[in-house]
Amino acid sequence: MNLTFLIITTVALIAFFYGQRKIRSVALASSLKQHSLTGYHGAYVAALVFLPAFLLMLFWNSISPLLLTAFLQSRLEDLGGSLPSGELNVLVAKTKSVAAGIIPRSFVSDVVAQSADYYNTLQARSDQFVLITTIIAVLVGFWAGARKIAVRFPARHKVEKLADNVMMAASGLAVLTTIGIVLSLIFETLRFFETVSVSEFLFGLHWSPQIAIRAGQEGSSGVFGAIPLFAGTFLITIIAMCVAIPIGLLTAVYLSEYASTRQRNFIKPALEILAGVPTVVYGFFAALVVAPFLRNGGADIGLTLSSESALAAGAVMGIMIIPFISSLSDDVINAVPQTLRDGAAALGATKSETVKQVIFPAAFPGIVSAILLAVSRAIGETMIVVMAAGVSANLTANPFESVTTITVQIVMLLVGDQEFDSPKTLAAFALGMVLFLITLALNVVALYISRKYREKYE
Amino acid sequence: MNNSLEQEDEMKFAATERYRAHLRKRHAAERRFKFYGRLAVATALLILATLLTSITYSSLPAFTHHNVLVDLEFTAEASAASGVYSAEELNDMNWSGLANKSLAKHFPDVESRRDRRAVASLLSMGAGDNIVEYVQSKSIRQGDVVELKLPVSDDFDLLVKGLIDRNLPESDRIVSDQKLAWIETLESEGRVSSQFAYALFQNGDSREPEMAGIKGAFVGTLWTMFITLLFSLPIGVMAAIYLQEIAPKNRLTDIVEVNINNLAAVPSIVFGLLGLAVFINFFHLPRSAPLVGGLVLALMTLPTIIIATRAALASVPPSIREAALGVGASRFQVIFHHVLPLALPGILTGTIIGLAQAAGETAPLLMIGMMAFIVDTPMDVTDKATVLPAQIYMWANNPERAFVARTSAGIVILLSFLITMNAAAIYLRKRYERRW
Repeated sequence: MNLTFLIITTVALIAFFYGQRKIRSVALASSLKQHSLTGYHGAYVAALVFLPAFLLMLFWNSISPLLLTAFLQSRLEDLGGSLPSGELNVLVAKTKSVAAGIIPRSFVSDVVAQSADYYNTLQARSDQFVLITTIIAVLVGFWAGARKIAVRFPARHKVEKLADNVMMAASGLAVLTTIGIVLSLIFETLRFFETVSVSEFLFGLHWSPQIAIRAGQEGSSGVFGAIPLFAGTFLITIIAMCVAIPIGLLTAVYLSEYASTRQRNFIKPALEILAGVPTVVYGFFAALVVAPFLRNGGADIGLTLSSESALAAGAVMGIMIIPFISSLSDDVINAVPQTLRDGAAALGATKSETVKQVIFPAAFPGIVSAILLAVSRAIGETMIVVMAAGVSANLTANPFESVTTITVQIVMLLVGDQEFDSPKTLAAFALGMVLFLITLALNVVALYISRKYREKYE
Repeated sequence: MNNSLEQEDEMKFAATERYRAHLRKRHAAERRFKFYGRLAVATALLILATLLTSITYSSLPAFTHHNVLVDLEFTAEASAASGVYSAEELNDMNWSGLANKSLAKHFPDVESRRDRRAVASLLSMGAGDNIVEYVQSKSIRQGDVVELKLPVSDDFDLLVKGLIDRNLPESDRIVSDQKLAWIETLESEGRVSSQFAYALFQNGDSREPEMAGIKGAFVGTLWTMFITLLFSLPIGVMAAIYLQEIAPKNRLTDIVEVNINNLAAVPSIVFGLLGLAVFINFFHLPRSAPLVGGLVLALMTLPTIIIATRAALASVPPSIREAALGVGASRFQVIFHHVLPLALPGILTGTIIGLAQAAGETAPLLMIGMMAFIVDTPMDVTDKATVLPAQIYMWANNPERAFVARTSAGIVILLSFLITMNAAAIYLRKRYERRW
């Protein structure tokens, strides 16, 4: 791939200078004035060399592993007889490791060793193929571009049109990402619902995805009732909001209404640091400091806290969300026009009365949408709960006990080497789908509220 | 008449009193409200301070490590045949055996196999490497005795640092009475010395806490960030230019816009699921590779970069565009010759902040297997690798005591890295920002 890319860029560079030279000589010989600047002619030839060849290379590099693996699979089946798909996948992975020289040949059977040779030949052939096709594409592009160059050729228009299209494609990638997320989640979720019914998943009260060591093993299917996970996520989110909303909102009010410039210059960066702390650090902080602190505090007043209590995880998640709420609410509070504050002051209201009776009502939709976004963030947060909340699914509303969440279970189900087809891994995608839909709904509602109920001043 | 006047006065007085009382109440409410605000800010700052100090404090032991001065006796099987060690000899000789035997000579009471094993557990597993490093350039004859500082094991180290209480009864202590006595002998002979823990920065991951380092994870983070930058910056900037400057305002661009805003709020773990399903299971890209990690993080960072770039482009005043159009520039030339250069500081700031976010991200990388135990430093984007936050997560899961300090040290390094990135962004913003 690197060699191919090097060839493409080198030829594109040559094409760029060739295009410029050619238009200069053509313009000298001609009596007409050149339509576009010299640089655009160079860019036109270079773009015709680069774009098709680059796309071709990208396309081939993304589908060739698929093709090679398919060939390898059929070869292994020819040599070793038909196998269940799980074992075949293991064999394919092994063959690839042998082919790459990670596993010595003496460790594996003849079939695998032969297939590894076959795989290496295939790969070499694929590399040759992509090299030859790109060289052809590059040359054709060069020829097609150079042929067009003439004094009256509108190179600038062509190049700008091309650039427009490239930029449009770039913005299409964002949409493509969403489609990719939705499709990958939907397919795996549908496969999951082939083995577990939708109602059992959504309304079942028992969650214990047993470890399937081998497909078809006794009791490998597990029980997938996700209510305990939803309840756990809900509990931790509520605790987090109980911490984050009062502190975040009051901080925002203090910053925008009371703080002097000096105070603001100190507090704002501090909050930004709090916002920039990676979640894995919060998780460690929860386990190292907050959980023992709460447990000891609880023991002093006669409460027994589990070492992975929902309270510790929720409190730390609340801390993580404080800067999120405070900066969003700060924005909406600042967006309330100064004239409203002045009007309230003229009527003799104190600052706190202005805040409570004028600014809050005016900023309310914005604050609600900020809180909804914060909730969506808390539900999707992973590392804090993975490190500080529990793994076993308890259905409880007691914040001192250990609960588990959707995200924790996704991580637990997918970390480590598993077969991709077991209900266990597919369950992770179903949970991911639920997570995606909940957060999407929250975001859409938040956006709707802030748009619909926003007061328009001026 | 006089009476009624007095009455009126009294009434006025009472009314004033009532107003005053009311006003006092209102002012008290005002003060209370302000106090709540202060309390909230103070709580947030206190939490930040607690977080930073507690983690920094618990990381301190990881930055130093103790060595013990051992008289190495080069016996027949540990000395080179030709005077200088060949590569083969360096590789094959039992160096840790030599270290352990030499250390055992310091204690006269070592007799049984068990005692010898206990002595061996005083030294780090990496002590042999230190000897190799020392002898490879030296010519050493049989029977030579060389004094060499060798790293001690994590328990020994914790004990000397005072993190294991010597006064605990033996059953509650990780270090047995016998080993404690040996360690105290060594200390009284002045053989134990402290040194900066180079291993933390020079080594890859290890099961032994004193040998575990962040180098592999750090290089993995750099590779991953390289891929993230390579994909997210050009695509993000192009998309933002299209949406902000070129695209017609219609249904389609509206959808794209809403879509980008929603994408910014999708939980990071969902991006991990996307990476697993698309890059690994569909395109068969290698697991645990910075290539896949970087691509996933690039998709995650894309909305951040697009939003920041659009804001930067929007802050360039229309007069610039109009002036350029006025002297005959095409729309394309207006954007690329005038607007984009002026928006560049804002774009770079947004990019750096987006990258800093991505560099601290863990959850999506767990999904694509960037959490493997990897000792070697990755040399390529397709090598198996891990990243700093994932390394921290793995260390945090390790039950050994000394890994608590290692984890905290990893966090301190990660935070310094991120704070440096953010400081660079702030500097760029301050230095090049223009207000019109």
